[in-house]
Amino acid sequence: MPAAILARFVLLEARRSGLPWLAAASIAVALGLAAFLSQVSLTESRALQASIVAALLRASAVFLIAAHVASSTLRELNDKELERMLSLPLSRSTQYLGRLAGFALCGVALAAACAAPLLLWASAGTVALWALSLACESALVAAAALFFSMTLAQQVPAIAASAGLYVLARSMAAIQSIAGGPLAEASLPHELARWGVDAIALLLPRLEAVTRTGWLLYGPPDAGAYAAALAGLVLYTGLLIAAGLFDFHRRNL
Amino acid sequence: MNRDARALACVPPGVWLALGLSLAAQLAWQGTRQPAPPAAADLPPPPPVQALRLASFGEPEAAARLVALYVQAFDLGGGNALPYKNLDYRRLTGWLRAILELDPRSEYPLFLAARVYAEVPDEARSRIALEFVYQEFLKDPNRRWPWLAHAALLAKHRLGDLALARRFAAAIDHYTTAEDVPVWAKQMEIFILEDMSELEAAKIMIGGLLAKGAIRDPAEARFLKQRLDELEARIARGTKR
Repeated sequence: MPAAILARFVLLEARRSGLPWLAAASIAVALGLAAFLSQVSLTESRALQASIVAALLRASAVFLIAAHVASSTLRELNDKELERMLSLPLSRSTQYLGRLAGFALCGVALAAACAAPLLLWASAGTVALWALSLACESALVAAAALFFSMTLAQQVPAIAASAGLYVLARSMAAIQSIAGGPLAEASLPHELARWGVDAIALLLPRLEAVTRTGWLLYGPPDAGAYAAALAGLVLYTGLLIAAGLFDFHRRNL
Repeated sequence: MNRDARALACVPPGVWLALGLSLAAQLAWQGTRQPAPPAAADLPPPPPVQALRLASFGEPEAAARLVALYVQAFDLGGGNALPYKNLDYRRLTGWLRAILELDPRSEYPLFLAARVYAEVPDEARSRIALEFVYQEFLKDPNRRWPWLAHAALLAKHRLGDLALARRFAAAIDHYTTAEDVPVWAKQMEIFILEDMSELEAAKIMIGGLLAKGAIRDPAEARFLKQRLDELEARIARGTKR
């Protein structure tokens, strides 16, 4: 199966790159920082450690996968490797999906590595739910980074666009709450701004609802809410894949 | 490390010297600029909760605890003989309230208010911290009663305000509905009225919390043990005199 072979090559490349070392360094830094902060906390030291490690590792996993996807894809573009691959008897969809599958598997491996230290503070079941959520989140970020890398064809803009999308998606609930707050004046410009914010929110995934640190501190989430949050991620990843395929098929290499 | 790198001997002596000098200058410069611990006057007004939520990027639990550590550092370190005595408590309780709104299930702000900020030897400040604990208790009595129980003890023994202590004790009895609230807490008004020393009352309360498994955090258990020892030593000194 050609897509599986491509995915394997992507995984092999990730293994031979600095990605595993960077992941290990992120875990070490997160554990070190948590240990330091717990020394100065007067209470909730375990909750503090768990929350800091979880928050840092979540951000690290997402940043590492986005940077890896962008650098790997743009290296192929710049080295004309992509043109060579396209000369093979493989459809463009197979090429794109195979590559994305490899990156998504990298995200799954990163999520598993980042979740492992959390077993020190939370139950295995809760950590497994957190890890599955992070794996889906990483796959979404991989799809976004691949889309932006193919579309923008430059490393810095591709990473900046992926990071911008991610940060905006994670902050959108807070932005909406500010826009719809009771202290805001009821004027036409304000209403227009609020509608604008709501419209942008429709185009973003609800990342504030997934991979919650609260699950590790206060117990696993409600099954319905958890399934709905993950379904939102899967749906948005599908949208990014469709947009990426659309762009890739139109691309004149 | 890099196969393509040339030998170290290929680097000109001037570049070696420049690297060494610039590194030494950086170390010397930073060595003379040790940051001072944040003073009471440095505590800024609390930001709006929505701003904190926005800055947390969807990690309110981690942000709440980091903000608690940030606030805790003000007017604490250095050669400060009486920590927190200069803090603006209105501002401080604003921060604690913002942290609680960020993560309502965190116990850190109530712990700081009841066991750290309310114990300063300044009656006005202590009352502000105790009132904060009372107001926040009303929002979630079944989870926050231990802090109000401690506030009742402080009101009786530190402030000598029996009416305030009874108000807090009565609130625990009146507003808590959970079955896991112990009998001694529900009947706290009785042992507020009894002629019991602060140490005895604190021992009953902390012992009760430990026995019930309510204090699981090692840092908190260590802190409470230290407080009990200090109380014991203070009372022993008072008896000798």
